[in-house]
Amino acid sequence: MITTVPIRMTVNGRARVLEVPAHHTLLDVLRDELQLTGTKECCLVGECGACTVSLDGRIVDSCLVLAVEADGAEVATVEGLTVDGRLSPLQEAFLEKGAVQCGFCIPGQVMAAHDLLGRNPHPTLAEVQEGLAGNLCRCACYQQITDAVMATAEEAGR
Amino acid sequence: MHTFAYARPATLAEAVALLEEHGPAARVLAGGTDMIIRLRDGTLRPELVIDLKRIPELRPAIRVEGDRLVIGATTVMTDIAASELVRRDFEALAEAAAVVGSVQIRNRATLGGNLCNASPAADTAPSLLVYGADVVAIGPGGTRRLPLDAFFVRSGVTTLAPGELVTAIELPLPTLRRGSVHVRRTRRRGHDLASVTMAVAVDQAGTTRLAYGSVGPRPVVRVDATGVLADAAAPADARTAIFEEMFAGASPSPRSMRASPEYRLAMLRVLGRRALATAIQRLAQGERRP
Repeated sequence: MITTVPIRMTVNGRARVLEVPAHHTLLDVLRDELQLTGTKECCLVGECGACTVSLDGRIVDSCLVLAVEADGAEVATVEGLTVDGRLSPLQEAFLEKGAVQCGFCIPGQVMAAHDLLGRNPHPTLAEVQEGLAGNLCRCACYQQITDAVMATAEEAGR
Repeated sequence: MHTFAYARPATLAEAVALLEEHGPAARVLAGGTDMIIRLRDGTLRPELVIDLKRIPELRPAIRVEGDRLVIGATTVMTDIAASELVRRDFEALAEAAAVVGSVQIRNRATLGGNLCNASPAADTAPSLLVYGADVVAIGPGGTRRLPLDAFFVRSGVTTLAPGELVTAIELPLPTLRRGSVHVRRTRRRGHDLASVTMAVAVDQAGTTRLAYGSVGPRPVVRVDATGVLADAAAPADARTAIFEEMFAGASPSPRSMRASPEYRLAMLRVLGRRALATAIQRLAQGERRP
Protein backbone atom coordinates (compact mmCIF):
# COMPACT_ATOMS: atom_id res chain seq x y z
CA MET A 1 0.00 0.00 0.00
CA ILE A 2 1.23 3.50 -0.77
CA THR A 3 2.00 5.29 2.45
CA THR A 4 3.74 8.38 1.06
CA VAL A 5 1.70 11.14 -0.49
CA PRO A 6 2.66 14.15 -2.60
CA ILE A 7 1.24 17.40 -1.24
CA ARG A 8 1.34 21.08 -2.07
CA MET A 9 0.81 23.80 0.46
CA THR A 10 1.59 27.44 0.91
CA VAL A 11 3.53 28.09 4.10
CA ASN A 12 3.91 31.73 5.17
CA GLY A 13 3.23 32.77 1.59
CA ARG A 14 5.75 30.42 0.01
CA ALA A 15 4.59 27.52 -2.17
CA ARG A 16 5.92 24.14 -1.07
CA VAL A 17 5.80 20.77 -2.79
CA LEU A 18 6.56 17.79 -0.58
CA GLU A 19 6.35 14.00 -0.34
CA VAL A 20 5.04 13.18 3.11
CA PRO A 21 4.44 9.89 4.88
CA ALA A 22 0.68 9.66 5.53
CA HIS A 23 1.27 9.17 9.25
CA HIS A 24 3.32 12.34 9.70
CA THR A 25 1.52 15.30 11.23
CA LEU A 26 1.59 18.85 9.97
CA LEU A 27 3.70 19.60 13.05
CA ASP A 28 6.27 16.95 12.04
CA VAL A 29 6.53 18.34 8.53
CA LEU A 30 6.77 21.99 9.56
CA ARG A 31 9.55 21.28 12.03
CA ASP A 32 11.48 18.42 10.43
CA GLU A 33 11.05 19.02 6.70
CA LEU A 34 10.67 22.79 6.53
CA GLN A 35 12.82 23.60 9.59
CA LEU A 36 10.12 25.94 10.89
CA THR A 37 10.92 25.16 14.50
CA GLY A 38 9.04 28.12 15.98
CA THR A 39 6.02 25.81 16.19
CA LYS A 40 6.60 23.65 19.27
CA GLU A 41 5.87 20.01 20.01
CA CYS A 42 4.60 19.51 23.54
CA CYS A 43 1.56 17.56 24.78
CA LEU A 44 0.60 15.88 21.47
CA VAL A 45 -3.03 15.53 22.61
CA GLY A 46 -4.47 18.93 21.76
CA GLU A 47 -4.44 20.26 25.31
CA CYS A 48 -1.53 22.74 25.37
CA GLY A 49 -1.63 24.69 22.10
CA ALA A 50 2.18 24.96 21.74
CA CYS A 51 1.85 23.63 18.18
CA THR A 52 -0.82 26.18 17.12
CA VAL A 53 -0.66 27.22 13.47
CA SER A 54 -3.17 28.74 11.09
CA LEU A 55 -4.65 26.43 8.46
CA ASP A 56 -6.71 28.17 5.77
CA GLY A 57 -7.25 31.09 8.12
CA ARG A 58 -8.24 29.09 11.20
CA ILE A 59 -5.96 28.09 14.05
CA VAL A 60 -5.49 24.40 14.74
CA ASP A 61 -3.29 22.18 16.89
CA SER A 62 -0.83 21.01 14.23
CA CYS A 63 -0.11 17.85 16.28
CA LEU A 64 -3.68 16.74 15.52
CA VAL A 65 -3.59 17.36 11.76
CA LEU A 66 -1.95 14.95 9.33
CA ALA A 67 0.32 16.77 6.89
CA VAL A 68 -1.61 15.18 4.05
CA GLU A 69 -4.80 16.83 5.35
CA ALA A 70 -3.12 20.19 4.70
CA ASP A 71 -2.70 19.40 1.00
CA GLY A 72 -3.74 22.50 -0.92
CA ALA A 73 -3.98 24.64 2.21
CA GLU A 74 -2.54 27.98 3.25
CA VAL A 75 -0.52 27.49 6.40
CA ALA A 76 0.79 30.30 8.58
CA THR A 77 3.23 29.77 11.44
CA VAL A 78 4.73 32.12 13.99
CA GLU A 79 7.62 32.73 11.58
CA GLY A 80 5.10 34.35 9.25
CA LEU A 81 4.01 37.03 11.74
CA THR A 82 7.07 39.23 11.32
CA VAL A 83 6.95 41.92 8.67
CA ASP A 84 10.26 42.66 6.90
CA GLY A 85 12.10 40.96 9.73
CA ARG A 86 10.42 43.13 12.38
CA LEU A 87 8.22 41.79 15.14
CA SER A 88 4.51 42.49 14.87
CA PRO A 89 2.92 44.92 17.37
CA LEU A 90 1.44 41.89 19.14
CA GLN A 91 4.86 40.28 19.51
CA GLU A 92 6.30 43.60 20.72
CA ALA A 93 3.54 43.77 23.33
CA PHE A 94 4.44 40.28 24.59
CA LEU A 95 8.01 41.58 25.18
CA GLU A 96 6.84 44.88 26.61
CA LYS A 97 4.50 43.24 29.15
CA GLY A 98 6.99 40.58 30.20
CA ALA A 99 4.67 37.83 28.95
CA VAL A 100 7.59 35.58 28.09
CA GLN A 101 9.31 33.61 30.81
CA CYS A 102 10.65 30.30 29.49
CA GLY A 103 9.10 31.11 26.12
CA PHE A 104 8.17 27.60 25.03
CA CYS A 105 4.42 28.23 24.80
CA ILE A 106 4.77 31.70 23.30
CA PRO A 107 4.65 30.88 19.57
CA GLY A 108 1.32 29.13 20.18
CA GLN A 109 0.06 31.90 22.45
CA VAL A 110 0.96 34.52 19.85
CA MET A 111 -0.71 32.56 17.05
CA ALA A 112 -3.91 32.17 19.11
CA ALA A 113 -3.87 35.85 20.11
CA HIS A 114 -3.25 36.94 16.50
CA ASP A 115 -6.22 34.82 15.41
CA LEU A 116 -8.43 36.25 18.16
CA LEU A 117 -7.60 39.87 17.29
CA GLY A 118 -8.23 39.12 13.62
CA ARG A 119 -11.75 37.91 14.44
CA ASN A 120 -12.42 40.32 17.28
CA PRO A 121 -10.22 43.45 17.23
CA HIS A 122 -11.58 44.76 20.55
CA PRO A 123 -12.08 41.78 22.84
CA THR A 124 -13.09 41.92 26.49
CA LEU A 125 -10.80 40.30 29.03
CA ALA A 126 -13.17 37.30 29.17
CA GLU A 127 -13.00 36.97 25.39
CA VAL A 128 -9.20 37.04 25.51
CA GLN A 129 -9.21 34.34 28.17
CA GLU A 130 -11.59 32.19 26.11
CA GLY A 131 -9.65 32.85 22.90
CA LEU A 132 -6.46 31.64 24.60
CA ALA A 133 -8.07 28.80 26.60
CA GLY A 134 -6.41 26.27 24.29
CA ASN A 135 -2.93 27.51 25.17
CA LEU A 136 -1.30 26.50 28.43
CA CYS A 137 1.67 28.29 30.03
CA ARG A 138 3.52 26.26 32.65
CA CYS A 139 5.30 29.43 33.83
CA ALA A 140 1.77 30.77 34.50
CA CYS A 141 2.33 34.11 32.75
CA TYR A 142 -1.40 34.32 32.01
CA GLN A 143 -1.81 37.78 33.50
CA GLN A 144 1.03 39.22 31.41
CA ILE A 145 -0.13 37.38 28.29
CA THR A 146 -3.68 38.72 28.53
CA ASP A 147 -2.24 42.19 29.33
CA ALA A 148 -0.20 42.02 26.11
CA VAL A 149 -3.23 41.07 24.04
CA MET A 150 -5.42 43.76 25.60
CA ALA A 151 -2.68 46.36 25.12
CA THR A 152 -2.32 45.43 21.45
CA ALA A 153 -6.07 45.79 20.93
CA GLU A 154 -6.09 49.18 22.68
CA GLU A 155 -3.12 50.41 20.68
CA ALA A 156 -4.79 49.37 17.41
CA GLY A 157 -7.98 51.16 18.45
CA ARG A 158 -6.23 54.52 18.82
CA MET B 1 2.75 6.82 14.90
CA HIS B 2 2.71 3.56 12.94
CA THR B 3 2.51 3.76 9.16
CA PHE B 4 -0.77 3.64 7.29
CA ALA B 5 -2.06 4.43 3.83
CA TYR B 6 -4.31 7.41 3.24
CA ALA B 7 -7.33 7.72 0.96
CA ARG B 8 -9.29 10.83 0.15
CA PRO B 9 -12.48 9.64 -1.58
CA ALA B 10 -14.31 12.17 -3.74
CA THR B 11 -17.73 10.53 -3.30
CA LEU B 12 -19.64 8.73 -0.56
CA ALA B 13 -19.91 5.67 -2.81
CA GLU B 14 -16.13 5.57 -3.04
CA ALA B 15 -15.79 5.92 0.75
CA VAL B 16 -18.27 3.08 1.36
CA ALA B 17 -16.49 0.88 -1.21
CA LEU B 18 -13.14 1.48 0.51
CA LEU B 19 -14.65 0.62 3.90
CA GLU B 20 -16.17 -2.54 2.47
CA GLU B 21 -12.95 -3.58 0.77
CA HIS B 22 -10.69 -3.05 3.78
CA GLY B 23 -13.11 -3.96 6.58
CA PRO B 24 -11.76 -3.46 10.10
CA ALA B 25 -8.31 -2.55 8.70
CA ALA B 26 -9.75 0.81 7.62
CA ARG B 27 -10.75 3.76 9.80
CA VAL B 28 -12.73 6.81 8.83
CA LEU B 29 -11.13 10.19 9.60
CA ALA B 30 -13.17 13.36 10.11
CA GLY B 31 -11.66 16.13 12.29
CA GLY B 32 -9.04 13.89 13.88
CA THR B 33 -9.01 15.62 17.28
CA ASP B 34 -9.67 12.28 19.00
CA MET B 35 -8.56 9.87 16.31
CA ILE B 36 -5.04 11.22 15.77
CA ILE B 37 -4.39 10.91 19.50
CA ARG B 38 -5.42 7.26 19.27
CA LEU B 39 -3.34 6.67 16.15
CA ARG B 40 -0.35 8.09 17.99
CA ASP B 41 -0.82 6.12 21.21
CA GLY B 42 -1.39 2.92 19.24
CA THR B 43 -4.91 2.14 20.48
CA LEU B 44 -5.95 2.40 16.81
CA ARG B 45 -3.73 0.69 14.23
CA PRO B 46 -5.52 0.91 10.88
CA GLU B 47 -3.80 0.03 7.62
CA LEU B 48 -5.89 2.62 5.80
CA VAL B 49 -7.21 6.00 6.92
CA ILE B 50 -10.17 7.27 4.88
CA ASP B 51 -10.46 11.07 5.05
CA LEU B 52 -14.07 12.24 4.58
CA LYS B 53 -13.39 15.97 4.54
CA ARG B 54 -13.35 16.52 0.78
CA ILE B 55 -16.57 14.82 -0.22
CA PRO B 56 -18.78 17.42 -1.97
CA GLU B 57 -21.96 15.45 -1.09
CA LEU B 58 -21.39 16.33 2.57
CA ARG B 59 -21.81 20.03 1.75
CA PRO B 60 -23.29 22.55 2.16
CA ALA B 61 -22.43 21.85 5.76
CA ILE B 62 -25.66 23.20 7.26
CA ARG B 63 -28.83 23.40 5.22
CA VAL B 64 -32.63 23.25 5.47
CA GLU B 65 -34.27 20.38 3.58
CA GLY B 66 -38.05 20.43 3.86
CA ASP B 67 -38.99 20.38 7.54
CA ARG B 68 -35.51 19.45 8.77
CA LEU B 69 -32.18 21.09 9.43
CA VAL B 70 -29.41 18.92 8.01
CA ILE B 71 -25.89 19.19 9.41
CA GLY B 72 -23.22 17.35 7.41
CA ALA B 73 -21.16 14.94 9.49
CA THR B 74 -17.90 16.78 8.78
CA THR B 75 -19.22 20.18 9.91
CA VAL B 76 -16.88 21.64 12.53
CA MET B 77 -17.98 23.01 15.91
CA THR B 78 -16.94 26.57 15.00
CA ASP B 79 -19.37 26.58 12.08
CA ILE B 80 -22.21 25.05 14.12
CA ALA B 81 -21.75 27.61 16.90
CA ALA B 82 -21.76 30.47 14.36
CA SER B 83 -24.63 29.23 12.16
CA GLU B 84 -27.68 31.51 12.14
CA LEU B 85 -29.85 28.50 11.24
CA VAL B 86 -28.63 26.64 14.32
CA ARG B 87 -28.75 29.63 16.64
CA ARG B 88 -32.28 30.56 15.65
CA ASP B 89 -33.98 27.21 16.24
CA PHE B 90 -31.46 25.06 18.12
CA GLU B 91 -29.86 27.42 20.60
CA ALA B 92 -28.68 24.66 22.97
CA LEU B 93 -26.75 22.98 20.15
CA ALA B 94 -25.03 26.27 19.25
CA GLU B 95 -24.14 26.72 22.93
CA ALA B 96 -22.81 23.18 23.22
CA ALA B 97 -20.70 23.45 20.05
CA ALA B 98 -19.22 26.69 21.41
CA VAL B 99 -17.80 25.00 24.54
CA VAL B 100 -16.25 21.86 23.02
CA GLY B 101 -12.49 21.95 23.59
CA SER B 102 -10.68 25.15 22.65
CA VAL B 103 -10.74 27.43 19.59
CA GLN B 104 -8.14 25.16 17.99
CA ILE B 105 -10.19 22.04 18.69
CA ARG B 106 -13.50 23.60 17.57
CA ASN B 107 -11.91 24.54 14.24
CA ARG B 108 -11.26 20.83 13.57
CA ALA B 109 -13.67 18.73 15.65
CA THR B 110 -16.73 17.61 13.70
CA LEU B 111 -20.29 16.85 14.75
CA GLY B 112 -20.13 13.37 13.20
CA GLY B 113 -16.88 12.67 15.03
CA ASN B 114 -18.26 13.87 18.35
CA LEU B 115 -21.16 11.39 18.03
CA CYS B 116 -19.27 8.43 16.51
CA ASN B 117 -16.59 8.73 19.17
CA ALA B 118 -19.49 8.10 21.59
CA SER B 119 -17.84 9.69 24.58
CA PRO B 120 -20.36 9.82 27.45
CA ALA B 121 -19.20 13.43 27.90
CA ALA B 122 -19.87 14.48 24.28
CA ASP B 123 -21.25 18.00 24.69
CA THR B 124 -23.35 18.02 21.52
CA ALA B 125 -25.24 14.82 22.41
CA PRO B 126 -27.69 16.16 25.05
CA SER B 127 -28.95 19.02 22.87
CA LEU B 128 -29.32 16.77 19.83
CA LEU B 129 -31.26 14.28 21.98
CA VAL B 130 -33.71 16.89 23.26
CA TYR B 131 -34.28 18.10 19.70
CA GLY B 132 -35.08 14.56 18.54
CA ALA B 133 -32.17 14.33 16.09
CA ASP B 134 -31.74 11.48 13.65
CA VAL B 135 -28.41 10.09 12.49
CA VAL B 136 -28.11 9.43 8.76
CA ALA B 137 -25.76 6.54 7.98
CA ILE B 138 -24.67 5.10 4.66
CA GLY B 139 -23.31 1.61 4.08
CA PRO B 140 -23.17 -1.14 1.50
CA GLY B 141 -26.93 -1.66 1.93
CA GLY B 142 -27.76 2.00 1.29
CA THR B 143 -28.81 4.88 3.51
CA ARG B 144 -30.71 4.57 6.78
CA ARG B 145 -31.90 6.97 9.47
CA LEU B 146 -31.96 6.14 13.13
CA PRO B 147 -32.88 8.21 16.16
CA LEU B 148 -29.78 9.44 17.98
CA ASP B 149 -31.16 7.79 21.14
CA ALA B 150 -30.83 4.43 19.36
CA PHE B 151 -27.27 5.22 18.25
CA PHE B 152 -25.35 5.32 21.54
CA VAL B 153 -24.50 2.09 23.33
CA ARG B 154 -21.63 2.92 25.68
CA SER B 155 -18.33 4.80 25.64
CA GLY B 156 -16.80 4.31 22.19
CA VAL B 157 -19.56 1.97 21.00
CA THR B 158 -22.49 2.83 18.73
CA THR B 159 -25.07 0.84 16.78
CA LEU B 160 -23.37 1.80 13.53
CA ALA B 161 -22.85 -1.46 11.60
CA PRO B 162 -19.45 -2.46 10.24
CA GLY B 163 -18.99 -0.76 6.87
CA GLU B 164 -21.34 2.11 7.73
CA LEU B 165 -20.41 5.74 8.17
CA VAL B 166 -22.41 8.74 9.36
CA THR B 167 -23.12 11.35 6.69
CA ALA B 168 -25.42 13.79 8.48
CA ILE B 169 -27.42 14.69 11.54
CA GLU B 170 -31.01 15.76 10.91
CA LEU B 171 -33.05 17.93 13.25
CA PRO B 172 -36.80 18.43 12.84
CA LEU B 173 -37.54 22.16 12.59
CA PRO B 174 -39.70 23.26 15.52
CA THR B 175 -43.44 23.50 14.94
CA LEU B 176 -44.09 24.96 18.39
CA ARG B 177 -42.45 27.83 20.18
CA ARG B 178 -39.63 26.52 22.30
CA GLY B 179 -37.00 27.60 24.80
CA SER B 180 -33.82 25.55 25.15
CA VAL B 181 -30.40 25.71 26.74
CA HIS B 182 -27.17 23.77 27.16
CA VAL B 183 -25.35 23.87 30.50
CA ARG B 184 -22.39 21.98 31.88
CA ARG B 185 -20.09 21.64 34.84
CA THR B 186 -16.33 21.51 34.35
CA ARG B 187 -13.41 21.47 36.78
CA ARG B 188 -12.02 24.68 35.41
CA ARG B 189 -13.06 27.49 33.10
CA GLY B 190 -11.92 27.15 29.52
CA HIS B 191 -10.73 23.94 27.93
CA ASP B 192 -12.04 20.94 29.89
CA LEU B 193 -14.26 17.90 29.53
CA ALA B 194 -17.60 18.09 31.29
CA SER B 195 -18.26 16.47 34.65
CA VAL B 196 -21.94 16.91 33.78
CA THR B 197 -23.27 18.10 30.40
CA MET B 198 -26.99 18.78 29.94
CA ALA B 199 -29.62 20.26 27.66
CA VAL B 200 -33.24 21.17 28.40
CA ALA B 201 -35.97 22.20 25.96
CA VAL B 202 -39.44 23.37 26.98
CA ASP B 203 -42.12 23.90 24.35
CA GLN B 204 -45.30 25.91 24.18
CA ALA B 205 -47.44 22.79 24.69
CA GLY B 206 -45.77 22.22 28.09
CA THR B 207 -43.52 19.32 27.16
CA THR B 208 -40.06 19.34 28.71
CA ARG B 209 -37.22 17.30 27.27
CA LEU B 210 -34.08 16.90 29.33
CA ALA B 211 -30.89 15.07 28.38
CA TYR B 212 -27.65 14.60 30.25
CA GLY B 213 -24.23 13.10 29.70
CA SER B 214 -20.98 12.36 31.53
CA VAL B 215 -22.92 10.64 34.33
CA GLY B 216 -23.01 7.12 32.91
CA PRO B 217 -21.87 5.02 29.98
CA ARG B 218 -24.02 6.92 27.49
CA PRO B 219 -26.10 10.11 27.34
CA VAL B 220 -29.71 9.81 28.53
CA VAL B 221 -32.85 11.66 27.41
CA ARG B 222 -36.11 11.90 29.37
CA VAL B 223 -39.43 13.57 28.54
CA ASP B 224 -41.98 15.13 30.88
CA ALA B 225 -45.30 15.46 29.07
CA THR B 226 -47.31 16.24 32.23
CA GLY B 227 -46.61 19.97 31.97
CA VAL B 228 -45.38 20.10 35.56
CA LEU B 229 -41.75 20.94 34.81
CA ALA B 230 -42.73 23.54 32.23
CA ASP B 231 -45.04 25.26 34.73
CA ALA B 232 -43.03 27.85 36.63
CA ALA B 233 -45.81 27.94 39.27
CA ALA B 234 -45.83 24.15 39.91
CA PRO B 235 -45.18 23.10 43.53
CA ALA B 236 -41.53 22.35 44.26
CA ASP B 237 -42.11 18.73 45.38
CA ALA B 238 -44.08 17.88 42.24
CA ARG B 239 -41.11 19.05 40.19
CA THR B 240 -38.59 17.28 42.38
CA ALA B 241 -40.43 13.99 41.93
CA ILE B 242 -40.25 14.30 38.14
CA PHE B 243 -36.61 15.34 38.20
CA GLU B 244 -35.79 12.32 40.39
CA GLU B 245 -37.43 9.99 37.87
CA MET B 246 -35.47 11.62 35.07
CA PHE B 247 -32.16 11.41 36.91
CA ALA B 248 -32.66 7.73 37.79
CA GLY B 249 -30.89 6.98 34.49
CA ALA B 250 -27.61 8.37 35.83
CA SER B 251 -24.87 5.94 36.92
CA PRO B 252 -21.59 7.81 37.11
CA SER B 253 -18.39 5.81 37.21
CA PRO B 254 -16.59 5.67 40.57
CA ARG B 255 -13.28 5.44 38.68
CA SER B 256 -13.48 8.69 36.70
CA MET B 257 -10.77 11.18 37.56
CA ARG B 258 -12.91 14.22 36.76
CA ALA B 259 -15.45 14.05 39.57
CA SER B 260 -16.85 11.65 42.15
CA PRO B 261 -20.24 10.01 41.56
CA GLU B 262 -21.68 11.90 44.54
CA TYR B 263 -20.58 15.23 43.12
CA ARG B 264 -21.91 14.46 39.65
CA LEU B 265 -25.28 13.34 40.98
CA ALA B 266 -25.55 16.46 43.13
CA MET B 267 -24.58 18.72 40.21
CA LEU B 268 -27.07 16.96 37.94
CA ARG B 269 -29.85 18.23 40.21
CA VAL B 270 -28.43 21.74 40.45
CA LEU B 271 -27.92 22.03 36.71
CA GLY B 272 -31.34 20.52 36.04
CA ARG B 273 -33.09 23.26 38.03
CA ARG B 274 -30.98 26.04 36.52
CA ALA B 275 -31.34 24.81 32.96
CA LEU B 276 -35.10 24.40 33.33
CA ALA B 277 -35.43 27.95 34.62
CA THR B 278 -33.43 29.30 31.67
CA ALA B 279 -35.41 27.26 29.13
CA ILE B 280 -38.71 28.50 30.58
CA GLN B 281 -37.42 32.06 30.49
CA ARG B 282 -36.31 31.70 26.86
CA LEU B 283 -39.66 30.23 25.90
CA ALA B 284 -41.35 33.24 27.47
CA GLN B 285 -39.04 35.59 25.61
CA GLY B 286 -39.91 33.82 22.36
CA GLU B 287 -36.81 31.98 21.19
CA ARG B 288 -38.87 30.86 18.22
CA ARG B 289 -41.95 32.37 16.61
CA PRO B 290 -43.05 30.17 13.71
